[in-house]
Amino acid sequence: MSDASFAINESMVPRVPIAAPGDYLALLKPRVMSLVVFTALAGLLLAPSPPHPIIGFASLLAIAVGAGASGALNMWYDADIDALMSRTRQRPIPAGRLAREEALAFGLVLAGMSVLTLGLVANWLAAALLAFTIFFYVVVYTIWLKRLTPMNIVIGGVAGALPPMVGCAAASGSLSLASFVLFAIIFIWTPPHFWALALLRSEDYGRAGVPMLPNVAGPDRTRLEILAYSILLAPIGALPYLLGFASAVYGVVAIGCGLALARLAWTVFRERRGDVATSAARRLFLFSIIYLFSLFLTLVVERLASPWFG
Amino acid sequence: MMAAQTPKGTNEKKGIVLTPEQARSRRARNIAIGLAVALFIALFYLVTIVKLGGGVARLPA
Repeated sequence: MSDASFAINESMVPRVPIAAPGDYLALLKPRVMSLVVFTALAGLLLAPSPPHPIIGFASLLAIAVGAGASGALNMWYDADIDALMSRTRQRPIPAGRLAREEALAFGLVLAGMSVLTLGLVANWLAAALLAFTIFFYVVVYTIWLKRLTPMNIVIGGVAGALPPMVGCAAASGSLSLASFVLFAIIFIWTPPHFWALALLRSEDYGRAGVPMLPNVAGPDRTRLEILAYSILLAPIGALPYLLGFASAVYGVVAIGCGLALARLAWTVFRERRGDVATSAARRLFLFSIIYLFSLFLTLVVERLASPWFG
Repeated sequence: MMAAQTPKGTNEKKGIVLTPEQARSRRARNIAIGLAVALFIALFYLVTIVKLGGGVARLPA
């Protein structure tokens, strides 16, 4: 045998990753995951029959991991455009700390385990809904719609709105009216939230070729859509009170925050030039987070406090 | 054997030689996986106890 037969190709040497556990955690999009857990908790507590605390905790953990798996699969598919946008350039794949295949494997394993765990711990309706949520976020939103249409986040919003229904199904094995209302709140909240961000980051999205509404229909049309959705959101946000499954305190919070959000959307609609317009969009984006957090926090606190206050 | 036949990061006798950074990150990943598996086992243990309820201590006749 000649020496030549021992020649080793560099590409055949296994690649040893340098990713730290923190990089894998970043793949899970912890901030999105915390919002998912929070909204799923509200769905769980509003279910007709709240579960045993351990079962509830295990269910929320499975839902959180399922949400994280969606984030990892999103970063696997979007690594090319993440590298082009300043907001996402430091994510583990574009930064070179993780290979795309590693993110894909990580996401698929977590997705499978989270669905299986939720099925075994809670029930198979909740597991099927979680699997559908992951499928919708990864395949329908990330792979199909995100690069195709400016309505990407409107339709894709379904994935973000489903966790309260998954939580409700995990708790009771069925879907209540309350879970549909929580779905509607998040679904209508999503467009003004992301379009406010898109107004601020339109250059980023344009560079990456993502057809967000400001890049396709223009900022003025986006401002009109933001206003329309924000006005629609105010009464929908108050529905839990109007339908009788939240207290008057929630009603006051929801109506107050809804009016404030609509007012900020009006400012975004009116102010169209310069720093004033940028600042209005930023204020709306930040307040939209506070809006959703306040509503769901009130619901969660009300339910947790109900054994003491009736 | 010619030196050029040994790709960067490998050694003829030892195989792949990790850089200190690679070794450090692998150790951290192993610890994280170990903790995750331990938590997973503890979770399923607790869930099993809750699901079985009082029947956990009942022996079959």
